[in-house]
Amino acid sequence: MSMLELRQVSKSYGEGSAEVHALHEVSLTVDEGAMVAVMGPSGSGKSTLLTIAGTLEEATSGDVFIAGQPVGRLSRATKAKLRRRVIGYVFQDFNLLPGLTAAENVSLPLELDGVSSRRARVTALEALEGLGLGGRASHYPDQLSGGERQRVAIARAMVGDRRLLLADEPSGALDSVNAEAVMRLLHEACKNAGMTAVVVTHDAQLASWADRVLFLRDGRVTDQTAPAPGPEFLLLPEGKQ
Amino acid sequence: MSVRHAMLALLSEGPKYGLQLREEFEARTGEVWPLNVGQVYTTLQRLERDGLVESDDSGDEGPQRGFRITADGERELAQWLRTPPDLSSPPRDELVMKVLVALRMPGIDVHEVIQAHRRYLVELMQQWTRIKEDDAGTDLGMLLAVDAELFRLDAVVRWLDAAEARVRRAAADGTLARADQASQGDQTRAPLPRHRREARTRR
Repeated sequence: MSMLELRQVSKSYGEGSAEVHALHEVSLTVDEGAMVAVMGPSGSGKSTLLTIAGTLEEATSGDVFIAGQPVGRLSRATKAKLRRRVIGYVFQDFNLLPGLTAAENVSLPLELDGVSSRRARVTALEALEGLGLGGRASHYPDQLSGGERQRVAIARAMVGDRRLLLADEPSGALDSVNAEAVMRLLHEACKNAGMTAVVVTHDAQLASWADRVLFLRDGRVTDQTAPAPGPEFLLLPEGKQ
Repeated sequence: MSVRHAMLALLSEGPKYGLQLREEFEARTGEVWPLNVGQVYTTLQRLERDGLVESDDSGDEGPQRGFRITADGERELAQWLRTPPDLSSPPRDELVMKVLVALRMPGIDVHEVIQAHRRYLVELMQQWTRIKEDDAGTDLGMLLAVDAELFRLDAVVRWLDAAEARVRRAAADGTLARADQASQGDQTRAPLPRHRREARTRR
């Protein structure tokens, strides 16, 4: 089943001669459990694609389906519920609230959604534990390293029954080893925890963690990688490939 | 990787048998560079000839023959570790040549050429990343070897990104069109950078 589908989605800003086309008839399908990377230079429309997929912005034309539901035809309240319960967002600058501990940052979206604070805390602690941050639950963001902060942000994006993770340059501010740890987490979330992820990045090393890489240029998906063969073929002695 | 120096490195830890050397070489390089058994024995014979290793006097030529490093071998190894490999660029980088040719060929979209190479590189990087993914991070040698390959490929992708951005800018400025006209019409060319001119006259 497809978790996310964009059909002929276009987005433009402004009018007349000042009109800017951010996306041109973008179509893509992301199956449940898949991790897809969208690669493109700055200004190619990557972030617009993500905010439209996440219902944070509306497409000028075209349709968006999340878990089979046509987003354009949902009421504001239903869309808000979708954002609270199904979709998790991860941003480059983590967006943690500085006055709250790691556990409070993770439990906040659950509490806002009406979960009792006691139950939200238990769920948040489980999520942190799952990402190897059990010992950091009562730390404030400024007491955590960049890599740990981003893991807290991922825990917050995954907590509850969320199934669609949308990440905008999630490891852009991290060194390469921490960046890899973040991509590894997202990859495992898809492989083992049934999440679906769309990651936008300009970095090929990070994109290479995805099952499929789409290339975005001037608001259009111009190309994508073929399904990869297993890694075994790289290990064959030269001449035997 | 120099098999010769890898053998010396393994022997610097203590005497070893031929078969053991082959197994340890593969294990330490994360099995990224497979090696055939013939290569190991030929290398060991040459090292012995050069006085860098010594073997048992047993006369056994098989996998059970033992080897140890000599003092000259130790010196050779220490020297090798500190000698930078030759990283000067190759005379002609094939990918650079292809993009330069595409830039001037009528009817060819250089962006499409760049993207064909970019896609291939990213697919290759995905395959290398799968190797990391299957490992929980316990095999340090393997991770370092795979990282090296990924960084190398990544550098090529970044060059393609930069090349594409430059071509776009040149097209927007109108300088790309001028390059086209120059190649079709008059033979005047922009002067070569100074060091290239000097290299030419030296030849």
